[in-house]
Amino acid sequence: MISIDNKLYIRDIDTYIDPFFPVERAIITHGHADHARAGHKHVLCTLETSEIMKIRYGENCANNFQTIQYGHSVKIGKIKVTLYPAAHILGSAQVLLETPKHRIVVTGDYKTTLDRHLDPFEVVPCDLFITEATFGLPIFKFNKPEIEIERLLDNISKNRENTFLIGAYSLGKAQRIIWLIREAGFSDDIFVHGSMDKLCDFYQSKGIKLGTLRKATLENKNDFKGKIVVAPPSALKDRWSRRFENITRCYASGWMQVKQRAKQSQIEIPLVISDHSDWNDLTNTIKQTGAEKVWITHGREDALKYWCEKNGIQAEPLSLQHRDETSEL
Amino acid sequence: MKAFSNLLSDLILTSSRNRKISLLAHYFSSTPDPDRGYALAVLTGSLNFKNIKASFFKELIKEKKDKYLFDLSYDYVGDLAETVSLLWDQKKDGNMPCISSLFKSLTTTKKEELKRNVIDILDISTADQRWAFIKLFTGNLRIGVSSRLVKQALANYGNVDLEEIEKIWHGLHLPYINLFSWLEKKGSKPQISIYDIFHPMMLAHPLVKEKDLTKANPKDFIAEYKWDGIRVQIVSHSKGCRLYSRTGDEISKSFPEIIEIINGDFVLDGELLAGIDNEPRTFNDLQQRLNKKSPTEKFIETNPCFIKVYDVLFFNGIDLRDKPLIERKKVLNSYFSTNRSPLFLSETIKFKDWEFLDKARDISNNQLHEGVMIKSILSLYIAGRPRGKWFKWKRNPKSVDAIIMYAQRGHGKRSSFYSDYTFGVFNRKKELVPIGKAYSGFTDEELNRLDKFVRAKTINRFGPVREVEKTLVVEIAFDDMSFSKRHKSGIALRFPRFKRIRWDKPTDEVETLEQVRKSFLE
Repeated sequence: MISIDNKLYIRDIDTYIDPFFPVERAIITHGHADHARAGHKHVLCTLETSEIMKIRYGENCANNFQTIQYGHSVKIGKIKVTLYPAAHILGSAQVLLETPKHRIVVTGDYKTTLDRHLDPFEVVPCDLFITEATFGLPIFKFNKPEIEIERLLDNISKNRENTFLIGAYSLGKAQRIIWLIREAGFSDDIFVHGSMDKLCDFYQSKGIKLGTLRKATLENKNDFKGKIVVAPPSALKDRWSRRFENITRCYASGWMQVKQRAKQSQIEIPLVISDHSDWNDLTNTIKQTGAEKVWITHGREDALKYWCEKNGIQAEPLSLQHRDETSEL
Repeated sequence: MKAFSNLLSDLILTSSRNRKISLLAHYFSSTPDPDRGYALAVLTGSLNFKNIKASFFKELIKEKKDKYLFDLSYDYVGDLAETVSLLWDQKKDGNMPCISSLFKSLTTTKKEELKRNVIDILDISTADQRWAFIKLFTGNLRIGVSSRLVKQALANYGNVDLEEIEKIWHGLHLPYINLFSWLEKKGSKPQISIYDIFHPMMLAHPLVKEKDLTKANPKDFIAEYKWDGIRVQIVSHSKGCRLYSRTGDEISKSFPEIIEIINGDFVLDGELLAGIDNEPRTFNDLQQRLNKKSPTEKFIETNPCFIKVYDVLFFNGIDLRDKPLIERKKVLNSYFSTNRSPLFLSETIKFKDWEFLDKARDISNNQLHEGVMIKSILSLYIAGRPRGKWFKWKRNPKSVDAIIMYAQRGHGKRSSFYSDYTFGVFNRKKELVPIGKAYSGFTDEELNRLDKFVRAKTINRFGPVREVEKTLVVEIAFDDMSFSKRHKSGIALRFPRFKRIRWDKPTDEVETLEQVRKSFLE
């Protein structure tokens, strides 16, 4: 048996997965701030995740990085560690911990629906499945993102006077939205918030075509009419947004599934697009892994735990505190 | 139905008032009769569908989906229609019938069939359509559109004054064909007898001393007590008399002894109170009476009521609403120069300056009034809440410290936030007993912090209710305290709300139940 605790610490090899505090050895599932932190000594992750961490935290954010590709393994002590695609953002990985008799999968954040700019999610059979449950309620059933983008573009074509400010998290979501908009045939310049241009460049360098992007700076003030501006959600109501006139606020997130939530945040065009699994994806994945035991790291653990138990699977919530309930990263 | 569901979806996500009005006006112009009439009734909350209520959909979804998962989902979403619409699975494509035929068919079908029909409709519709469909039948749209805003949209659409619509509103009926025909200049203005309808009431703003009184001259105002009963409108003519509540619901049947005696040709505005011979009793006494829809003679005898009249809208067929208050008062004074029991004139308070009134509003007088009303002598009787005309100046609220015990998520715009709090104080046995529930009085910022507190300090969950660590003291403001057999604490608070959150105050400094009772009830 591999011994892992509720902080995702693997005693046998003195290694943490996605620790929130600096440690000797860490395996990092992906580059979002609630999973990847600076200050660890040895970090094992995908090449893309290491590059993202360096962009965000600087070249020396860890003493040393060991990177492996999807499907490849390294042996640490008696445990074989393999990374599999999680299709959450570029570089995101599930971690398989394996001994001849025991298999544990830690998903990090993931989505199972096909997203052509990322490697597709793979179901990894295991005994203990440690999953997220950000959208672990049966009300979360996500449409195809193309439908949401179509609605947005339709609205833009009808309201040429407005500036369409889309709230999307700087890493992953922003690039996915821009990529989807390009895929839908929209070729106009897109403006981006200063916090995301480096990450957009990074995605472009990996062959993900985002088209012509311009910075949404004050010098470009007169060019915003009828255009799309992508910014982190926090900037939507910030002073920063005062540079735009006639703003139509949009927000790309799974939370937008609930109209009352969209209304609360004064969002006029909710785009229900998530990089997480919805209810059906979560429950199907759990079944497909064949796991006897499920641990739920964060999210709406009540419902998923209940579902697991009803289906004869042991389940335990970990309630990892630092993953805030309503921030979808 | 598709157009209506699009309208609702657009309205809920639009914050601009003007944009809402134009969305509504566009809907009315592009939707045929009688559909738009049904939509109008729904939007103004005037439609009451008896066969299907919220509980109907709750039962339906619980048969289809897991009950526990539904409860968790409903708790999370905070809106029944939205929860059901998201949980339901679309089975096939199809065309939803239009609103009017939906109503007609669902009103006439029998109970067993009804369920089948509703399921069929839910099966062929999209999530947005299901949401709008359920909203249609359960009322309470929660989309940020008041009925006044809808009427404003009608006024804009027909290029008429909002007041004109308000004045005839209560005489109009589904599907409002004559209204739309008038607005579209195809027909004449609907003729409605003043005796057939409830006339929308004039309401007061809460007084803000620094703002409203600094420039106001006491000579331009009259003052009255703000009686602690319920506001009523008396519509009387040769053929009989009707009594309406503030919202326009007819309540004549509950007060047969009053209706019987009143005769005359007028529409009066006043306060219904428990008591006899112009001697009011408490609101609690009136409550006994209000609980009985059709009281027996004996019950009436032991629980008599009367009305204090403070305004007149029509008298002997003449519309007085566009006359200044001082003129209307003259009409009342002369009418009440003889005994009109059970109607009495609500007396005015003589005062020289605002300080005098400031004191008068606080004199408790056994809780029979809630403060004072201040009205401009020149105010016309305008439906709604016009600015700067009438003010209510309530007694200073009382307050008590209590400890937060339980929390529940709010609904509508507060969905997801833990915004409903049960609070309590210690009794003799050192048990914490709940004394009330409050949902308001905090700022958005404070709500955020309270919400975090609840999430971090939960010690127990009972379905949607969270029990929290008993560490947080809040100062609760309330209007009145009374004895109550229904509550374990033996007391009931009227209109409790947060005054201050005492993040720093230790719970052992909170007064005990006995102390609280002593200071407020003895």
